[in-house]
Amino acid sequence: MDEKQLRRLIGRVKDGKLSRRAFVGRMLALGITAPLASEMLAFCGAARAQEKEKVPYKPTKRGGGGALKVLWWQGATLLNPHFAVGTKDQDASRIFYEPLAGWDSDGELFPVLAAEIPSRENGGLAPDGLSVTWKLKRGVTWHDGQPFTADDLVFNWEYAKDPATAAVTIGNYKDVVVEKLDSHTVKVSFKKPTPFWADAFVGTRGMIVPKHLFEAYRGDKSRDAPTNLKPVGTGPYKFVDFKPGDMVRGEINSNYHEANRPHFDTIEMKGGGDAVSAARAVLQTGEFDYAWNMQVEDELLLRLEKGGKGRTVITPGGGIEHIQLNSTDPWTEVDGERASIKTKHPILSDPAVRQALGLLVDRQSVQEHIYGRTGIATANFLNNPERFRSKTMKFEFNIEKANQLLDAGGWKRGADGIREKDGKKLKFVYQTSINAPRQKNQAIVKQACQKAGIDLELKSVTASVFFSSDVANPDTYTKFWCDIQMYNTTMTEPDPEVFMNQFVSWEVSSKENKWQGRNITRWRNDEVDQAYRAAQAELDPVKRAALFIRINELVCSDCAVIPIVNRPKATAVSSKMRLEISGWDNDTATLKDWWREA
Amino acid sequence: MAGSTLASPTVRAPAALPRARPFSPGREAWRRFRRHRLAVASVAILAAMVLAVLLGPLVWRVPINDIDFTARLSPPTWAHPFGTDDLGQDLLARMLYGGRISLAVGLAAMLVAIFVGVLVGAVAGISRGSVDAGLMWLTDLFLSLPPLPVLLLVIYLFRERLKEIAGPEVGVFLLIVVVIGGFRWMPVARLVRAQFFSLREKEFVEAARALGASTTRQVVRHILPNALGPVIVAGTIDVAAAIIAESTLSFLGLGFPPDIPTWGRLLYDAKDYLDFAPHWALFPGAAIFLAVLTINFIGDGLRDALDPRKVM
Amino acid sequence: MSRYLTRRLLIAIPSLLGISIVLFTVLALAPGDPFEELATNPNVPPEVRANLRLKFGLDDPIYLRYLHWLFAMLQGDWGFSFASRVNVDTLILQRLPTTLFVIGSSQVLALAIALPVGVYAATRPYSLFDQVANTLTFVGFSLPTFFTGLLFILVFSIQLDWLPFVYRADISATGWRWYWEHFRQAIMPVAVLGLFQGASWTRYVRSAVLDVIRLDHVTTARAKGLAERVVVLKHVVRNALIPVVTLVALQIPAVFGGAIVTEQIFRIPGIGSLLIASILNNDTPVVMAVTFVFACLVIVFNLMADLLYGWLDPRISYR
Repeated sequence: MDEKQLRRLIGRVKDGKLSRRAFVGRMLALGITAPLASEMLAFCGAARAQEKEKVPYKPTKRGGGGALKVLWWQGATLLNPHFAVGTKDQDASRIFYEPLAGWDSDGELFPVLAAEIPSRENGGLAPDGLSVTWKLKRGVTWHDGQPFTADDLVFNWEYAKDPATAAVTIGNYKDVVVEKLDSHTVKVSFKKPTPFWADAFVGTRGMIVPKHLFEAYRGDKSRDAPTNLKPVGTGPYKFVDFKPGDMVRGEINSNYHEANRPHFDTIEMKGGGDAVSAARAVLQTGEFDYAWNMQVEDELLLRLEKGGKGRTVITPGGGIEHIQLNSTDPWTEVDGERASIKTKHPILSDPAVRQALGLLVDRQSVQEHIYGRTGIATANFLNNPERFRSKTMKFEFNIEKANQLLDAGGWKRGADGIREKDGKKLKFVYQTSINAPRQKNQAIVKQACQKAGIDLELKSVTASVFFSSDVANPDTYTKFWCDIQMYNTTMTEPDPEVFMNQFVSWEVSSKENKWQGRNITRWRNDEVDQAYRAAQAELDPVKRAALFIRINELVCSDCAVIPIVNRPKATAVSSKMRLEISGWDNDTATLKDWWREA
Repeated sequence: MAGSTLASPTVRAPAALPRARPFSPGREAWRRFRRHRLAVASVAILAAMVLAVLLGPLVWRVPINDIDFTARLSPPTWAHPFGTDDLGQDLLARMLYGGRISLAVGLAAMLVAIFVGVLVGAVAGISRGSVDAGLMWLTDLFLSLPPLPVLLLVIYLFRERLKEIAGPEVGVFLLIVVVIGGFRWMPVARLVRAQFFSLREKEFVEAARALGASTTRQVVRHILPNALGPVIVAGTIDVAAAIIAESTLSFLGLGFPPDIPTWGRLLYDAKDYLDFAPHWALFPGAAIFLAVLTINFIGDGLRDALDPRKVM
Repeated sequence: MSRYLTRRLLIAIPSLLGISIVLFTVLALAPGDPFEELATNPNVPPEVRANLRLKFGLDDPIYLRYLHWLFAMLQGDWGFSFASRVNVDTLILQRLPTTLFVIGSSQVLALAIALPVGVYAATRPYSLFDQVANTLTFVGFSLPTFFTGLLFILVFSIQLDWLPFVYRADISATGWRWYWEHFRQAIMPVAVLGLFQGASWTRYVRSAVLDVIRLDHVTTARAKGLAERVVVLKHVVRNALIPVVTLVALQIPAVFGGAIVTEQIFRIPGIGSLLIASILNNDTPVVMAVTFVFACLVIVFNLMADLLYGWLDPRISYR
């Protein structure tokens, strides 16, 4: 899919021949995130006509909905969005704090504290790509009655970019300059033309905290702020109580800046336990109205849904469960470093082996029998399309073909049934984190490989160690000191730039950068590097998309990774609840619009 | 012949009496053990279980990891006498295979815990002052250690080395046995020590001391056999606990790889399907229960057999 | 005896220090990183993590960190949680009442089951009661708590819908309804834990009583014409209590930090779940504080058990 073809597609959307949804769907298939796709459309003038609500909001007054009880089986441990360590903390903070705008399920921006979304037409977006001007909503007050103004935004920027505060949102604020133009207008300036401008003050890392309460606690003193534990924000609910890891409680904000919202009088977010019992609490006993992150086998969810008390809501997102093949040799030490870029993997560097492995993953079974609706079999995101379209959706599970490929590559079966060539056996160590569906996935792949003469030794590492960055531990996923590994990489960031840097050569994870690099497979390709650099500076979103698609194609054709299933968000919702969840923002981003049928 | 009197028939060289088999304490113990019918039955059942897990896989040839999606979660049928799990793998085969590990780990870890516990407890119980204080400090230390970080640390430090020395399976097995046993010896030590405190003041011990018995002899021949009551109970409880602990370790990724179907692991995998497929949990649960039951009755029998105060 | 007591108390202090050193070293050496989630987040530049590590002194050598911790502890500062950015004592105190209520009750329940059942079964060995009790105890401790917990939930919450299974520490009802609600939600976890504990304790009690009941002084008491109940209660039980006291003393500290599985299943916000969450998050200050309190409790209760031995069996001397 090149630039011309993309422009043609966009033309069809403008003419009304292709729906926006279908266009976004095609872009997803090529690895372009929904927000970027909608940006492409906006850039070319195929702007969204009207804010169409998919789930109509029926309540005609504020409050009266009773208590909302939600279950986050990883309990939130802190309530300051600038320190949030994972989505659980962000989701909890989002009950009380809000950003200027959020991302809805189609990847479109919707305004929250902003009066409107900046665009070229209304002059919000500068044509040279160097700045964005936001107009703030008027009449918004903090929970303690103070007015919300541009001063708060400037403060948030100063607070977050200060390294002494050690805020996790620093990445969004350190490279921009925020100026106050007047009490309700703010200009965000970038150092170089930035195609993805909706970063600061938007979405999961854009929540705004009040200046008048945090002013005294900048930098080193940030941990002492009492408001860290007693949030005062602009959100639909006011703070009542917080027990870290256990419970967050809020009550209705009667001065909320949107009419007739929120619907519920109180909210209670309970934490702890595991995903399966959370599913039961919503779907079987109805004790709770909503449960987050249903990492449960679909089979189980379906059975629980039969009770009729609730349903599973599947929201498309950017996560891909995939298998990585190591490009370097993890079993040889060079200069005291294993899997050093100076080495090449003796067996996996043979393309025949890689292609064969790609044919041995039974994605259909993985989808049907393990993930169900929560994992959609895919080969497209990082696979080899000759022409995009449906070809990109094609994947193959063919043991015969794999056998043929290996035979042709000179890998003959030995006495024990394992293939070998030049004294090297096709034996790999295949690691992943402890997670029942993943172990099943491993079992399925192992069985298929056995039939092709490949022997897999299964290894599973406890999740907190696997996903840690502990320099001393050999089992972390960033070290990748084995042949094959598998996990789910998420696109929490709506822009693919940060997602695709997993394939550039300067991000290679090595001892030098304490294995912080994002390129864990250590696969390198010059054209990918060039294309990436070009995409970073390209302001035309269509050209940019074409560049990212090119990177996808290069990665796919070389089988650097084997994608398995696309993981959407799965949440359990009580049958009377009416809500819409966005895959590109926090679950609670749309909290103000949640309501319940009587 | 006149004059010669035949010796009376009773006078003859004392015929060699049939030598009575020496009635050693061992034989006495065996005799008493035999009278405990439940214990004998338990020995038979346990032996049958051990034989089943050792030889079973040779007889029941269904592979343990044969994934068959058409037969998922099926209740017991002729093709699958124990049913199948959610990947269609045969449960009987998995239980026979995993049983080796579960039984071996259970018994070995229990033996480690008992051995170390009795040793520490006995030494602490018979000595006083600083030796007792020192050993109790060690016991308190182990009691205070949080198991999880210690496990992570130990496994991280020693896994590779053990793999090199003893091979991957045996290495992991040794590590797990030491780790599980290492966290269960403390109650045994304290119990034994408490028993020793009261037993060493008893008259028969005093008598032995008066006769000149060395401390070791007092301990081994007089005090220890009487202190065994709680030890035996601890032993049986420890077997169950060790089998379950192994499944917890595997759940955390610190034990055997997750595709090895030990009984504890099967229970853990089955827990989410209790309402749909109870057979999956039933069989491993019953197996653990049976193992514990038999070991307990054997322990009861042993206690009856070895208890010097009991007259049977 | 009082000399023994003072001696033991004096020894307790250095032994606590020694234990704390070992604990701290183990925690410092164990793999895992408190800021791992930041590390996997591509938007957080490595300088932030480095800064955080510096702020919390994570890069100092171990002995320095230990000394910092020790001085802070002596001044009453129990540390600052990395994950929650809150003082550790706040976290612990928030969870203490729930822990004492739920886990404490389960231990009481266990004792209330073990003593009568164990004694009665031992006085009538191999009778029907004994057989049934034995079988039930075997079932009780062969099944892990995660299993029985789930079974209870399936039966009582899902099938019968009698009891809620998500524990809520703050219930907004008042008066007797408050007590009733708390009772309803606590029954299952208390029962799961209590039965599991009670099963193994019953076996110990039974074994201990069996040991004592055959002794001469019991026969003498019977021969004297005392009622069986008096014989059992006055002569047998007191002598048989030594192993029981040992076990109870070993188990009480586990109230503070044990019962991890049950707390997870029922979502009870107790100290056990705080401990496991902190361990998995590598939140060392919290783990250190909790295990230190645990160590103190272990030492105190074992000391109390040692003293009780002397009261239970007057022949035991302390030298």
